Amino acid sequence: MANVQLRGVRKTYPNGAVAVRGVDMVVEDGEFIVFVGPSGCGKSTLLRMIAGLEKITEGDISIEDRRINDVSPADRDVAMVFQNYALYPHMTVRGNMSYGLKNRGMPKDEINRKVEEAAELLRISDFLDRQPNQLSGGQRQRVAMGRAIVREPKVFLFDEPLSNLDAKLRVQMRIEIKRLQRRLNVTSIYVTHDQTEAMTLADRLAVINDGKIEQIGAPIDLYNNPASLFVASFIGSPQVNLLPVTFDGSRLINGELAIDGFSDLPQSTPLVLGIRPDDLSQASHGQFTMRVDIVEQHGADNLIYGALHGITNAEEDGAEFCFKASHDLLPPLESSLSLGFDASKAMVFDQQSGQRLI
Amino acid sequence: MKRVQFEHSSLPYLFVAPQIIIIAIFFLWPAMQAIYQSFLLEDAFGLSTQFVWFRNYSDTILSPSWLQAAGFTAIFATLVTFISMGLALLLAVKANEVLRGASTYKTTLMWAYAIAPPVAGLMGNLMFNPLIGDLYKFFNAIGWDFNHKLDAFDAGFVVVLISVWKQVSVNFIFFLSGLQGIPKSVNEASMMDCNSPTRRFWTITFPLLAPTTFFLMVINITYAFFETFGIIDTTTRGAPGGATNTLVFKVFQDGFRGADLGGSSAQSVVLMVLVLALTVVQFRFIERKVHY
Amino acid sequence: MKDWNWRLISTHAILIVGVLFMSLPVWVAFATSTHAPETILREGLQLWPGSHFLETYREVLFVEGGVMKSVLGTTMLKNSLILGIGFAIGKVVISMLAAYAIVYFRFRLAVPLFWVIFMTLLLPLEVRIIPSYEVVAGLGLLDTHFGLIVPLIASATGTFFFRQFFRSVPDELLEAARLDGATAWGFFIDILVPLSKTMIAAILIIMFVVGWNQYLWPLIMTTKEENYTLVIGIKQIYQILAEGGELPQYQKAFALTILATLPPVLVVLVFQNWFVKGLVESEK
Repeated sequence: MANVQLRGVRKTYPNGAVAVRGVDMVVEDGEFIVFVGPSGCGKSTLLRMIAGLEKITEGDISIEDRRINDVSPADRDVAMVFQNYALYPHMTVRGNMSYGLKNRGMPKDEINRKVEEAAELLRISDFLDRQPNQLSGGQRQRVAMGRAIVREPKVFLFDEPLSNLDAKLRVQMRIEIKRLQRRLNVTSIYVTHDQTEAMTLADRLAVINDGKIEQIGAPIDLYNNPASLFVASFIGSPQVNLLPVTFDGSRLINGELAIDGFSDLPQSTPLVLGIRPDDLSQASHGQFTMRVDIVEQHGADNLIYGALHGITNAEEDGAEFCFKASHDLLPPLESSLSLGFDASKAMVFDQQSGQRLI
Repeated sequence: MKRVQFEHSSLPYLFVAPQIIIIAIFFLWPAMQAIYQSFLLEDAFGLSTQFVWFRNYSDTILSPSWLQAAGFTAIFATLVTFISMGLALLLAVKANEVLRGASTYKTTLMWAYAIAPPVAGLMGNLMFNPLIGDLYKFFNAIGWDFNHKLDAFDAGFVVVLISVWKQVSVNFIFFLSGLQGIPKSVNEASMMDCNSPTRRFWTITFPLLAPTTFFLMVINITYAFFETFGIIDTTTRGAPGGATNTLVFKVFQDGFRGADLGGSSAQSVVLMVLVLALTVVQFRFIERKVHY
Repeated sequence: MKDWNWRLISTHAILIVGVLFMSLPVWVAFATSTHAPETILREGLQLWPGSHFLETYREVLFVEGGVMKSVLGTTMLKNSLILGIGFAIGKVVISMLAAYAIVYFRFRLAVPLFWVIFMTLLLPLEVRIIPSYEVVAGLGLLDTHFGLIVPLIASATGTFFFRQFFRSVPDELLEAARLDGATAWGFFIDILVPLSKTMIAAILIIMFVVGWNQYLWPLIMTTKEENYTLVIGIKQIYQILAEGGELPQYQKAFALTILATLPPVLVVLVFQNWFVKGLVESEK
């Protein structure tokens, strides 16, 4: 197996657009790493550079210490699963899976053996002689993975492979991909914009924003200790509650709202207070009073949305707070809830730079 | 273009070479020749040539016979375009309406596409033959003193009729596929909003067909200018007295029959400019369509 | 409800009139072609088939001097088939190759060469007819299949059609194929050509009809009777009728129009769906 190293990787398109602005990282042998970020952040470009489908403007990429900048995609020993599967529509499943091996000049019976092994593993043996258009979305997805597996690559690349599936199948395939990767123990790089997928699949998660790695680490570390406003708001569902505030030396202020328990913060700059919906709790004299707007019942828990009393930007879009409560709390609409939180779990960011301060 | 392309030094050139070579030899070179010859005057015996600037142009284009042909071509193209498109649109709308027999109507209305213009011309010519043509006899029987060999209007009528007949099927195919391309939900929504089928047609369906209509107009004008050569050549051949000469037929006549190389070339160049104008119009429209 | 019925009846009436308008002339041509010339001269056009079907068509197809001075109907039929099929295949091959280069390769002259191909749209045969004749004559290609077919296949329509289609092929297919180690030629043969099967069929059908129906170019290219296509035969029989003989052979003229019409019409009818698809798609 193999590790993948990226050193100072940059991508500038001929029209001057910069897609990736300097990425340094090492993907360890056998590791499952996920690139997550909003669309257009450069995560796919980064993956495609590793695959050899995009030229590297600057920097080096190596697999197992071999520099592969100028190696053709077929010779990099990587396999890729595409978002729309990219199955050859006129070939059978078997044809699709063996095409790459044929091009390498592998003997026929060896190809057959490998294809059948992979099909067994993915439970698509019964479909080997069908064409892609006779398969369901989930089955096509398996064939696309089978095509990657038979080549026994050093690195698996996944480009949003689940985004064309319906919600239920997505969860199922997510688990299957994880299981398969554990079993084959192949270094894998996975691109997605879906933070749930990212959280659940990754050994390590790289949050990418505007062509740079914003933060990299184990999913739970990123959730608990986001380094920036961007990471905090991108990771976690429902999204973190954000409240613009200023610091007056001892309290965080927004309108009539003043929150105690903070120190060592700059007083001149605008700040953002971030509290995760599950860090809020009902309290008789909490820091916030929320006017209940909507209650979403998810079964196990209820998400209660509403505006905070006394803040200046209460009417703005996205200014509503979300409170994750247990399923038995069902406050009437328009009623007021008193909410509290543990100051040690609150996060404070510099609004301008997005840097985490506390 | 593709996100990823092959980078290969010689292969793409090899692939385009056949087409480019043929184009260079059989399109570009003759076109340049035509332009070149349009500035030359050859004496009657072809012994000497002389560079005469735009004299061929002024001689030909200002000649009464060219102006006559230009006038006829304009009227001819207008009539053929509007009549054949009108008929085709009517038939397409009706064929799109019926459930029973829809595919039979469709097939029997489109197959005439496959008939070559000169074949249509000869068929029509025989139908109007004074000895055996029933149409000829019929028109005379109802009191129309019909004689397309002598009367310019009657001759024009014959070529317009045959040209329209030949073109209806193409227009029909495009209109029908345009109609079928209108989402069912739009039709259903319009049925809830408006009770009158006629009004629905003019306010919803026809505007939605605008791209097809415009495209077909360009196609039909091109057809009337160029492809009707075969029809003219097997019916009136410009008779009587050049009254049914189209511009293309006249280029052919003057070049091959009359051996007026300079004049014929000058006419060719004028036609090139016309095609250019048509193409520009068409492409400007396509560009606009992209923005929809 | 009554209202609606009237509407339905009028709709069918309009369509039936349309079908008669489009079909009757061809039917009359066929019916008349099966009568004796004397009958035609005496009674005019015929609405029902007569008894001379075999006689007329045998003479037109198989008897020397039956319709042209020397060339047989079967020879003209063969020439038409060669032109139609050769044109269709040549056009597909040449335009697929060119479109493949333009869409899938990055090369310096891609854009200028594309415009050269585009130029052919501005230069229909009709505007360069005499110099084209001179070129072909100069190359000694008059009366050859090569000279007849090759200059016709270079126009841009087919190239544009395949360019459009190739651009609609998902990018990921090429990317997957490159990861699978396919070469440029391998991708073309293994993936792109099989993928284009329907498109190729549609274009073949349309181009067969277009090739079969060529008129002006064969007219100036062929000087010997043995090289006439059926469509050129039409012109000759026009000439013969115009010059007038003892007894005009109208039935043979009609038979010739039927023979020239039948193969392309059959192709269009049999492959109707592909044909319509190809026609509508190619004009986008």
